[in-house]
Amino acid sequence: MMLIDCPYCGERAQAEFTYERTLDSIVGLDMPVEEVLARLFSRANPRGEDRELWRHSFGCRQWLVLRRHRRTHAIAAVDPYAPDEPE
Amino acid sequence: MTAPRRIADGATDILRFTFDGRAMAARPGDTLAAALLANGVTLVARSFKYHRPRGIMAAGVEEPNALVTVGEGGRTEPNTRATDVFVYDGLIARSQNVWPSLDVDMGVMNGMLARFLPAGFYYKTFFGPASRWMIYERFIRRAAGLGKAPVESDPDHFEHRAAFCDVLVVGGGPAGIQAARDAAAAGGRVILVEQDAVLGGSAWRDGITVPDPAPAGVRVMPRTTASGNWDHGFVTLVERIAEPGQQPPAGMPAQRLWHVRAKRIVLATGAIERPLAFAGNDRPGVMLASAVRAYIHRHGVLAGQRVVIATNNDDAYRTADAVLAAGGEVVAVLDSRADAPAGEHPVFTDAAPLAAHGGRGGITAITARIGTATRRFRADLMAMSGGFTPVVHLHSQAGGTLGWREDIQAFVPDGGPEWIASVGGAAGEVERIAPTSPDLPDPKHSFIDFQNDVVASDVDLAWREGYRSVEHLKRYTTLGMATDQGKTSNMAGLARLAASGGVTIPQAGLTTFRPPYTPLTLGAMAGADGGGHAAPRRRIALHDAHEARAALWQPIGLWHRPRAYPRMGETLHDAALREARAVRTAAGLTDVSTLAKFAVRGPDAARLLEMVCATGIAKLAVGRGRYTFMLREDGMVLDDGTVWRLDENDYLLTSSTGGADRMESHLSYVHRVLARTLRVSVVAQQEHYAGIALAGPRAATILADLTGIEPPAHMGLARAEVAGVPALILAASYSGERAFELYVAGHDAAPIWAAIEDKVRAAGGFPYGLEALEFLRIEKGHVVIGAEADGRTTPHDLGLERMLRKAGGFVGAQALTRPALTAPGRRRLVGLVSPDQIPEGAMLVADHGAPVEGHVSSAGPRLLETGGAALALLAGGMRREGETLLATSPTRDRHVRVTVTTPVFHDLEGTRYRD
Repeated sequence: MMLIDCPYCGERAQAEFTYERTLDSIVGLDMPVEEVLARLFSRANPRGEDRELWRHSFGCRQWLVLRRHRRTHAIAAVDPYAPDEPE
Repeated sequence: MTAPRRIADGATDILRFTFDGRAMAARPGDTLAAALLANGVTLVARSFKYHRPRGIMAAGVEEPNALVTVGEGGRTEPNTRATDVFVYDGLIARSQNVWPSLDVDMGVMNGMLARFLPAGFYYKTFFGPASRWMIYERFIRRAAGLGKAPVESDPDHFEHRAAFCDVLVVGGGPAGIQAARDAAAAGGRVILVEQDAVLGGSAWRDGITVPDPAPAGVRVMPRTTASGNWDHGFVTLVERIAEPGQQPPAGMPAQRLWHVRAKRIVLATGAIERPLAFAGNDRPGVMLASAVRAYIHRHGVLAGQRVVIATNNDDAYRTADAVLAAGGEVVAVLDSRADAPAGEHPVFTDAAPLAAHGGRGGITAITARIGTATRRFRADLMAMSGGFTPVVHLHSQAGGTLGWREDIQAFVPDGGPEWIASVGGAAGEVERIAPTSPDLPDPKHSFIDFQNDVVASDVDLAWREGYRSVEHLKRYTTLGMATDQGKTSNMAGLARLAASGGVTIPQAGLTTFRPPYTPLTLGAMAGADGGGHAAPRRRIALHDAHEARAALWQPIGLWHRPRAYPRMGETLHDAALREARAVRTAAGLTDVSTLAKFAVRGPDAARLLEMVCATGIAKLAVGRGRYTFMLREDGMVLDDGTVWRLDENDYLLTSSTGGADRMESHLSYVHRVLARTLRVSVVAQQEHYAGIALAGPRAATILADLTGIEPPAHMGLARAEVAGVPALILAASYSGERAFELYVAGHDAAPIWAAIEDKVRAAGGFPYGLEALEFLRIEKGHVVIGAEADGRTTPHDLGLERMLRKAGGFVGAQALTRPALTAPGRRRLVGLVSPDQIPEGAMLVADHGAPVEGHVSSAGPRLLETGGAALALLAGGMRREGETLLATSPTRDRHVRVTVTTPVFHDLEGTRYRD
């Protein structure tokens, strides 16, 4: 059970959050089909840090971006999801 | 059974317990193992595969042999280690995996089992033809096994609790106590957990007393096992309040599962002694040297009188001294090293045991190699020490890495999360050893894993058959599996594998350590969340009204909805038929409160809905509604419902009950992630309103009567008062008849339900439940999320493709263009009819034995005619119209001939639901 430091609520147990997807698998509604399929079905699985979209579903319900190490589960940063978030 | 072995010290045995029905006495503080040894019980169990006689080998939770069943009825706890249960007055223990009895066990009659169950037996059987498993299964289930789970429910309760601390110390031995005192002195909140009933750990075996850390401000939790070490300082603890099989004190739970979040974790989990490999090393009377010493110093029990000690390190010499001090005789110390410490007992260097001789009552002699000579010693106890393995389980569980230490022939923590530290034996502070020679004269009878009956030659066989990885070795031989998870055997197995392959032990690698450290009960995991508390129950606003009408309830997610309202003596099916037929012929009312409802408001409300919904929204006129469906990004149907334009920028979206939470999240995702600039608000309103559907040919008349207004046209809406309560009326039909959904504030719903029900009953109708609703919608051919829309079906598969918005721009639009999603062979929605009832879930085949071409997704009776109707997904879809197929359900042995038709069985022209 990870400990996630919500920028709005503070440190809370993972059980309050839901994982959505990695940032690079967000599919825009205007993307060409090839890119959509690549993002849906050909995802990277890096042994290292990744950026993930989470939601504090059982808390403030805000969408958050976690920089999380996929092997150690170390969380380097938790930030609000920003519209201009580069992938 | 031999003479009592308690060392005379004046104390008396005041606790009474039984083992296999024999009454015995024990002292407070005795483990069951100590008490059995004190009573001269040597034979305690039979081994897993070969039913070999086994005794007690260890003094801690690592015990592989002495598994017993403790307690009676619902408190029965099988596979309890005799070393990990403290005797209480009235304890009842039984041997397990024996037939007809522990002393005369048929399983061991001859060497058959060894030939039947070599290494890899399960593996080969599972990969062989299924018929082979069918033959062996009955035999194996009888012969190989552990204890039996009780069938009664547990009379005790269990609870979950949470705690926080700055420092959690695991292990109450000398190292853990020191760490806890230091941490408390530094001013932190400190919790010290110890799996034993008392603190002391390794100090017990040397008769040393340890200081109590509680006065220093440490919260001490005895009889508490740190079971799992998870992410970010999260540790699960299991606290035993009652011993296995024991009734807890009044008002107390039997066990507590603790969720602890610690800033720092100190692992002082000690080390476990390893056995030596030689022929018959599993016999009763062969024990770990440290265990022999612990029984002497802690329990006053000397487990034998003539003791041979075999070792590769200095620690076992303390056992020799303890045996002498307790009045025993040390026949020989067999030391594998060239140099050995001197003592008051005969020491042989460059010596190793070859075989232990004896029977089920214990050993009688030891054969040893001394240099190049062989010698036999008469003995009734062997104390062996192969060195000590640090307990690194919790360190590894949390992602810590391990390094190899040649001088102790074991792995020790060498890296990992910065908040975890290991100290003492767990960190590798153990006796150095001389590596043991891999040469074994009798590998077929030298046990490596006692609990799983894995001998050295099994490891060799695994290597010869190509199993090079230690993970494969584990699965092939079962080494390291079962209740002890290889606590005493893993290192020896690894050493043997490495020797077979001529590689080093670090090259051979380690299997993964996974929680729990020791077995935990299902009760502890469930906590208070059992029985009626297994899941929360969500009650609809009209719950009491339905209860008063004797509704049968059906869980839909966490909600409970009426399934039917049977009259006295009526079956569920008959009740649902009566209710559904009344909807077709007169009227009915049903509770639709649990439908997901979302208020979507703002200047960009339609734009958001057009992103979420795959159908047209923007052209919907104010005061009108429409059927709609939503897709996943891969083009599969996610959910469906209706969308209503209440005002210019004010929409109401409904969707399925079971998908309500998912749809809330989906709407938020599209709004907050994909389209952040839209000026729109989304409010989930599932629980805000009660919903009542009124349906049937008499529905419009009834509604006009109740409201005094002209009923809205199909897919129109109106607002009116019913029984003095304001209601939103949506003219939507799910049943195929003229119908209205009335939405009102939940607390106002009861009088409206009563008013409608009066009119419905006067018209010859009834309240109807989900079962009737199913019959009605199947006959009308409406697809439902979870049955036809099963996550693998596209709008095209469900015959909804004409409703798709051509312009795209909605979730799933791009992926839908994949050619395979409209390929001609896809399974598509069809109807099936038959003179008989069609089994739901049946496979569709041309005839018995033919390939499967589809399946029945929903089935029900024809309501006003005879026979059955079903919706199905069939390869080729409606191109198969008119074909006769077999709907076959082998598990229910039901096989029905069906004819493929249009998936609408009632009112094909669609006139009945219109105004």
